Amino acid sequence: MQDLTDLYQSVILDHNRRPRNYRVLPQANRVGHGDNPLCGDKVTVYVQLEGDRIAGISFQGSGCAISQASASLMTVNLKGKTIAEAEVIAADMHKLITTGAVDEGNLSDLAALAGVHQFPARIKCATLSWHAALNAIKGEATAATTEKPED
Amino acid sequence: MDRFLSRSPVASGREREGDENDFPMNKAWANLRDDFPVLHQQVNGHPLVYLDNAATSHKPRCVINALAQFYERDNANVHRGIHALSNRATAAYEAARERSARFLGAASAHEIIFTAGTTDSINLVACSWGGANLGRGDVILLTEMEHHSNMVPWQLLARRTGARLRYVPVLGDEGRLDLSQLDRVLTPEVKLFAFTHVSNTLGVINPITELCARARACGAVTVVDAAQSAGHLPIDVGALGCDFLALSGHKMCGPTGIGILYGRQALLDAMPPWRGGGSMISNVEYFESRWAPAPQKFEAGTPNIADAIALGRAMDYLDDLGRDAIARHDEKLATLAYARLKAEVPGIRLLGPAEHRSGVISFDLPGVHAHDVVTFADQEGVALRGGHHCNQPLMRKLGLASTSRASFYLYNTEDEIERLIAALRKIQRFFAG
Repeated sequence: MQDLTDLYQSVILDHNRRPRNYRVLPQANRVGHGDNPLCGDKVTVYVQLEGDRIAGISFQGSGCAISQASASLMTVNLKGKTIAEAEVIAADMHKLITTGAVDEGNLSDLAALAGVHQFPARIKCATLSWHAALNAIKGEATAATTEKPED
Repeated sequence: MDRFLSRSPVASGREREGDENDFPMNKAWANLRDDFPVLHQQVNGHPLVYLDNAATSHKPRCVINALAQFYERDNANVHRGIHALSNRATAAYEAARERSARFLGAASAHEIIFTAGTTDSINLVACSWGGANLGRGDVILLTEMEHHSNMVPWQLLARRTGARLRYVPVLGDEGRLDLSQLDRVLTPEVKLFAFTHVSNTLGVINPITELCARARACGAVTVVDAAQSAGHLPIDVGALGCDFLALSGHKMCGPTGIGILYGRQALLDAMPPWRGGGSMISNVEYFESRWAPAPQKFEAGTPNIADAIALGRAMDYLDDLGRDAIARHDEKLATLAYARLKAEVPGIRLLGPAEHRSGVISFDLPGVHAHDVVTFADQEGVALRGGHHCNQPLMRKLGLASTSRASFYLYNTEDEIERLIAALRKIQRFFAG
């Protein structure tokens, strides 16, 4: 399983086993949904925006270890950030997940997802919750779906 | 039964212990894996163990050669051709139709319509027969285990015609139909009853002869989805008494993009066409046309000539092995795999019956999502499928988001069950760690 330890790093296994911020956020004023119709994965991201700052963020859903860990790591890393900062992190993450490229600095433990790009079938698992979070922040009513051309 | 009398060890060449009487194989089974070029490769450093046969089967060399030979020697468009190649192509295409009629026990080749596959076949019935015969107040009866391809076309038809859908319930994880409910749901308003022969998720084999008889007694037309059974079990539409039967070539050693709709002649004769174009007409005027008789009425445009011919070759291959013997081989592997998975993989939740089943086994490993299972197994060279298997409503009913699925076919071996179990144990250790 040498190759798979790239994909399933201990950070990912830990967040899969004990997902952080896995709950409904009662004070949320934004909600974003994501679903992957091909595999049935679903995620709901709850965001509490105060001005342009993410004061609280949580998620619920079902999916594989990659999708759960990615969502969990996301909530930890986006909490307290401004919308602009969150969008930069999300863009860096998209690049990381699809190419494995790690920009110096601001991804920290999120870099655990760098191995995903070697498994093309699993990229959508990692990006789903991020699409849902961006939808929530932008206040879009529609569900994020993995079946969009930009993926 | 003559073809089963000659006994030889199964494909792996290993002698079996004391089971020759219940598992006789003819000589076509010897070295059968050599017939499938794709099986002989390494995946991620391990010999490939292909257990995704419910999605698609592999193709024996004779089928691949039939495709190549058609394009190298006989390629031409069929029907109305005068030249030599067109005559050869037409003869081979129509011979494949005759072969298909024999394969299914149809009364005549006129009852065989070539389609793109099971989905296409079911849509044909829904559009043509359904559009002409269903209306408000009528009921389409399905079962809760249907593949989306035997569900969504009927939903579309119901929306168009005002007919309603109704379902025969499935009983728990074992996945049998609740036949005690049949009297309740199979009422005189039911005009059509569509059901699968073998479930692609549960591996259960439905009592389709009984279902056809009950539907007939009620005056309902029957549609059998044989996608998971046509290459695995003997089928005789005459003995079965169904009105329509749909199958896909690629799940039975044939090419992708070709399938069959069997339809009872009297029904086909009365049905309107569903697609217009060349080949399906007898006379065309500027403002109206007359149709050719079935099956041409339902085959507008240039058909899938090469794949139909290769499908006929696949039927030869399956019948050389014997569909009875294939069924016994599938059941033996699936029963063994079910018992061993249950005994050797702690906590595993298995779907479908323990015995008297097809080669499809779905399972859930607690705490490990199906997509993680499939990714790990792939690293061990074991090809599985994970997801909802085009069975979303059934998954919801069983309280599952997705399952992993191993599906066996004629070239699989007991050694491959060993590899499957070893991979699953390794996955459990990894995620428990």
